[in-house]
Amino acid sequence: MVTRTTDFRERKREVIDKAVIRFCGDSGDGMQITGSQFTNTVALYGNDLATFPDFPAEIRAPAGTLPGVSGYQVHFASTDVYTPGDAVDALVAMNPAALKVNLADLKPNGIVIVNVDSFKETDLRKAQMTSNPIEDHSLDAYRLFPIELTKLTRTALQELGLDAKTMDRCKNFFALGMCYWLYNRSMDATFRWLDDKFQGKPLLAEANKRAMRAGYSYCEATEAFQVSYEIPPARLAPGTYRNISGNTALALGFVTASQKAGIPLFLGSYPITPASDILHELSAFKNFGVITFQAEDEIAAVTSAIGASYSGALAITTTSGPGMALKTEALGLAAAVELPLVVCDIQRGGPSTGLPTKTEQADLLQALFGRNSEAPIPVLAAATPGDCFWVALEASRIAIKYMLPVIILSDGYLANGAEPWRIPALQDLPEIPVHFETNPDGFLPYSRDPQTLARPWAVPGTPGLEHRIGGLEKQDLSGNVNYEPLNHERMVHLRAAKVEAVAQEIPDAVPAGDPDGDLLIVAWGSTYGPVTAALKAQRAQGRRIGHVHLRYLNPLPKNLGEVLKRYRRILVPEMNMGQLVMVLRAKYLLDAQGYNKIQGRPFKQAEIEAKIEEMLASYSEQSAGARR
Amino acid sequence: MTATTVPVYTKKDFQTDQEIRWCPGCGDYAILSAVQSIFPELGIPREKFVIVSGIGCSSRFPYYMNTFGFHSIHGRAPSVATGIKLTRPDLHVWVATGDGDSLSIGGNHTIHMLRRNVGIKVLLFNNRIYGLTKGQYSPTSEFGKKAKSTPFGSLDRPFDPLSLAIGAGATFVARSVDIFQQHLKETLKKAAAHQGSAFIEILQNCNIFNDGAWENLTEKDARSEHVVQLQQGQPLVFGKNHEKGIRMKGLDLEVVTLGNGVTEKDLLIHDEQNPNSAYAYLLSQMELREGFPAPIGVLRAEQAPRYEDLVASQIQDVVSKRGRGDLGALLQAGDTWVVK
Repeated sequence: MVTRTTDFRERKREVIDKAVIRFCGDSGDGMQITGSQFTNTVALYGNDLATFPDFPAEIRAPAGTLPGVSGYQVHFASTDVYTPGDAVDALVAMNPAALKVNLADLKPNGIVIVNVDSFKETDLRKAQMTSNPIEDHSLDAYRLFPIELTKLTRTALQELGLDAKTMDRCKNFFALGMCYWLYNRSMDATFRWLDDKFQGKPLLAEANKRAMRAGYSYCEATEAFQVSYEIPPARLAPGTYRNISGNTALALGFVTASQKAGIPLFLGSYPITPASDILHELSAFKNFGVITFQAEDEIAAVTSAIGASYSGALAITTTSGPGMALKTEALGLAAAVELPLVVCDIQRGGPSTGLPTKTEQADLLQALFGRNSEAPIPVLAAATPGDCFWVALEASRIAIKYMLPVIILSDGYLANGAEPWRIPALQDLPEIPVHFETNPDGFLPYSRDPQTLARPWAVPGTPGLEHRIGGLEKQDLSGNVNYEPLNHERMVHLRAAKVEAVAQEIPDAVPAGDPDGDLLIVAWGSTYGPVTAALKAQRAQGRRIGHVHLRYLNPLPKNLGEVLKRYRRILVPEMNMGQLVMVLRAKYLLDAQGYNKIQGRPFKQAEIEAKIEEMLASYSEQSAGARR
Repeated sequence: MTATTVPVYTKKDFQTDQEIRWCPGCGDYAILSAVQSIFPELGIPREKFVIVSGIGCSSRFPYYMNTFGFHSIHGRAPSVATGIKLTRPDLHVWVATGDGDSLSIGGNHTIHMLRRNVGIKVLLFNNRIYGLTKGQYSPTSEFGKKAKSTPFGSLDRPFDPLSLAIGAGATFVARSVDIFQQHLKETLKKAAAHQGSAFIEILQNCNIFNDGAWENLTEKDARSEHVVQLQQGQPLVFGKNHEKGIRMKGLDLEVVTLGNGVTEKDLLIHDEQNPNSAYAYLLSQMELREGFPAPIGVLRAEQAPRYEDLVASQIQDVVSKRGRGDLGALLQAGDTWVVK
């Protein structure tokens, strides 16, 4: 367990319920590692948390410049955490550019730790600053801690005989050590991680450990900080937890689905940000029989998966918006040949290459409608990083049960963001029954299960089941090529009815908060966190609001239309121009209103709250007007 | 699976009840007939065959073969087939494709399948024209070709499919002709026996949109002058009276007439296993030059591990080193903590 530091100097230790810390620096400064280590440590301690890694698309933009700034924000608390936090309590800025980009998010009187060694004339110029903020009193509204991070790190490592460049690479761990002291956290988990990471390079492990210890001791020895903070563990539901990101959760979900289905997992994928980590993770799970195929392009990625599905594998393909666009024709094929396939679109800012490392929700209409002709496909969206696991399982189950492609929408925020995840017991995982057709008597490749409308899964190698499938229109039942007008119409309806049939087992939409009232927020995907937090805060002020978070975007829950009618107003916040709201307005003929943010960043809780207040205020004005 | 459990098949067993929709006189009929003739001889249960195709006239092929068949989308047959092979290495996967399908829209998949050496047999029906879309020039059409979309002549330099396959690292590269039935069947059988990607260019006549594209090679009178039949271990001889041969001249080839001191001993002896693929490349480029014949037969047959076997053995290797994956342990991996 965690060892507590005893503070002999009896400095003040404040117990608080939550804190938001952001590490920021150059993209070569190791901020993502620093942030994820801090996250892991607070998770192990038992805090609830949410993270927001935010980094540039360039691997190494010119050092010290504004476009090269990389950040990692962690919100950890003794209470439930839904978002990475609107504003920051403590900011660690490794250079002037990082300070400049991130200062606006720091709370008044917030802590700002800066590396003074990187605030020289040239550094300031690279950040387009004309005066030194450490000296010009522009930071007077904050608690500024100018630390000689580079110098102190070099001093701590001087006996190790490393060159200056290598020593300087350890300064993020000095900063991390300081933060561990500041929030009374043990360094043990990070020590373990360093040993593992630098297996075979013990000198580097030692250097980073020394830097971290030095940072911790610096705070203890110098009394730089008069206060440290204690955030007690959160009261999470009983169970065993681990910290998980959305992409890891998807990878684990698919391995689990393959094990529960008893068929091999096949991933066809082409590297693309922010989806590549799923390929990396799954390629390491070969001892689960996972086949990962890094294809020559996005089209080969999806079509190889279709070939694998045809041959009896649980086949998936992972991508982001631009790759999704390339897979479009093949998704139509999967819908026509009616084979199970799961497609993960980890959405990012667009159009075109857009904002590769930033989040967005603007592929919903592409997922719902982005194919030639009538080719409906079920679409599911994950709400949190941990939820990605369950969505992967559910999408796999639906794909196999109904014999069709299923699209999962995640996004850059869920993919890289992390949260504590309660590890499910194996016996709590759903079964995924698989039936391969083996009986040649009366076999028809396009006969259908009366309940699901699924056609038989007849894999090659099965004696007596030789048959042909393809993208040409098929005759009902026989599957032979057929161009007859009425047959075509029948097949179009059958394919659509099969997707609609999925609705028979979709759970009813049950609003969080008030079951009826003044306002219903309908949302999907990664807006879950800020909407949930905003709902809680607004209901605490006595407002009557509900929240339906849609996991199934096609088909929609059967009772959704009825739920929508229970509220006077409907608000649909989305990180796009208003895509779900368009669907709801079209389908239910009601005056739902969109609230749209397209900045490559998640909503803040305060933004949703302000919108709620605005809508309810205009409502009461209107009704007041009506009374007059 | 032992040979005794495989039923004895005839050509008929590989025919379907579907009405064939190629134009009368199309070269595709001859190719279909050749494939249906040799499949019964391969000793493979019928259900183990999968024919995969893309889009185009040739890609209707699976509908006429009584095996498993997958008519996919334009150009993507090699990647669908790769997915099948990786999942089920025991299946015998054949791709039927055309010059537009495999060299234009699907060119990328073709070269990557070949470089990986996936155990797939590729039948490239080369008629140097887009037939199904009614007569546009294709990536193998000759420079200057007048077609629907090039009324003033094509300005594209064509691909040579054999050169492309050799350049992509194909381990088996061969060529035959639709109407050379015996040669075609022999070539198909050699391809069937090859471990790894087998690329067979089949010169095929589209009698509607590009009739006579290969008549220089197929007309009885011209044939012997314009075609050299490659035979393993045999000298490269051609001509009506076998009077001409091909020999090395520096790093190049030259055509010589036998006699006047030139004997068969001076000629190139065909070696499809020549470790240097430049040899096969030289052969593939011959016909582009004045006075040289076009090669048919197996240009290259190199032994190399099949991709699907490497993938499967890597999985087995990891399983034997780490043990079969334990789902419970996987979910619990890394740092965990307990909330009571």
